Amino acid sequence: MSKQRKAVALISGGLDSMLAAKTIMEQGVHVEGINFFTGFCVEGHTHAIRAQDKAKPKRNNSLWVAEQLGIKLHIVDVIEEYKKVLINPKHGYGANMNPCLDCKIFMVNKAKQWLVENDFDFIITGEVIGQRPMSQRKATMPIISQQSGADDLLLRPLCAKNLPETLPEREGWVDREKLHEITGRSRKPQMALAKQFGFDDYAQPAGGCCFLTDASYSAKLVDLWKARDGDKEYDLDDVMLLKVGRHIRPEQHFKLIVAREEGEERFMQGYKKDFITLKCIDYPGALTLVDGTPSAEDLFTAARITARYGQGRNAEQVDVRIIGKDGSERIIQVKPFAADEIPQAWLI
Amino acid sequence: MTRETLNARRLLCPLPVIRTQDKVKQLKVGDQLEVICTDPGVMQDIPAWCRINGHKVLETVSGDHEYIIILEVGG
Repeated sequence: MSKQRKAVALISGGLDSMLAAKTIMEQGVHVEGINFFTGFCVEGHTHAIRAQDKAKPKRNNSLWVAEQLGIKLHIVDVIEEYKKVLINPKHGYGANMNPCLDCKIFMVNKAKQWLVENDFDFIITGEVIGQRPMSQRKATMPIISQQSGADDLLLRPLCAKNLPETLPEREGWVDREKLHEITGRSRKPQMALAKQFGFDDYAQPAGGCCFLTDASYSAKLVDLWKARDGDKEYDLDDVMLLKVGRHIRPEQHFKLIVAREEGEERFMQGYKKDFITLKCIDYPGALTLVDGTPSAEDLFTAARITARYGQGRNAEQVDVRIIGKDGSERIIQVKPFAADEIPQAWLI
Repeated sequence: MTRETLNARRLLCPLPVIRTQDKVKQLKVGDQLEVICTDPGVMQDIPAWCRINGHKVLETVSGDHEYIIILEVGG
């Protein structure tokens, strides 16, 4: 009796990786999923933070996909290791701060390490030639295989027939004839395959959940690095705080993060010991965190901005409480900025 | 059988799942783990993770912005 082969599938939570894994499972291969958490896979985070999103049903798509497939899923924290990918991507960035090709190489490399440690035989991804402008092109497929170190242990079941044979095909672990030859950006072949497999619910569209592809998020990240004199080091709190609130930078040396709603405010409360905070006293209003090294004059500006985003925005004077990182408190009275007094250039 | 507690407060999903996964690796079959979280997403994600990995959710408790899941390690 031949040995049952084992494949590790990169599961993003989207349709393509789900179909790729299912295609190989149908051939009698034991498949387990792997999902990498970079800190920027933030769909769940945003939902958890913002109160207004709570009415929507929430699920982690990679866990959901694994459950639909009936496979184990290993979620791996790669936050620290991912920094070198983001900070210095060999193949550069996409339209925003998304280092998609380096990211894919990194993840396949991590999967290869996992494969060796867990005695698996090959790696599956849901890549499709022509699906993505940066990382999923005919020219990038061999680059990912080679630079990740996976070489011909990397099988892309959805477009395998358009690529050279891999080891699992040559060895007969999988039947190449039962693999696919999907190309391009159309989703129709994937939808047809999903129907064939009986999947009538899946994440749409195949865009992943990486915040680095988001223009607004990327602008905040670039601003953060610039304000730190080009030092691109970051930690998870930096990454998290770029996702909440309005970000307003009146000067290079200080920035305000103003909560937009209750959920964000509750989340930001957890950072009160790390930042100077401001809050209106007599009127309902947003919590503001101050990042950087503001002077007394800067804090006066910060208070006027905080008052602008509170319900006392039309009042002549508003009392604003300022709490230092050491817990010291003081109250100042300010006139809220009018809408047109906050320069557009301050808004990140 | 031992029972341990994991503090996953202030972590947002999937980090509570990852911390749970890492802790469970150190436990034995039949051991129990109480995971205390503040992200409501764990009420979906940790039970889903348990189902696909063969662990059993014994109890879930929610209230006052905290969410507690007690699970038993499976084989």
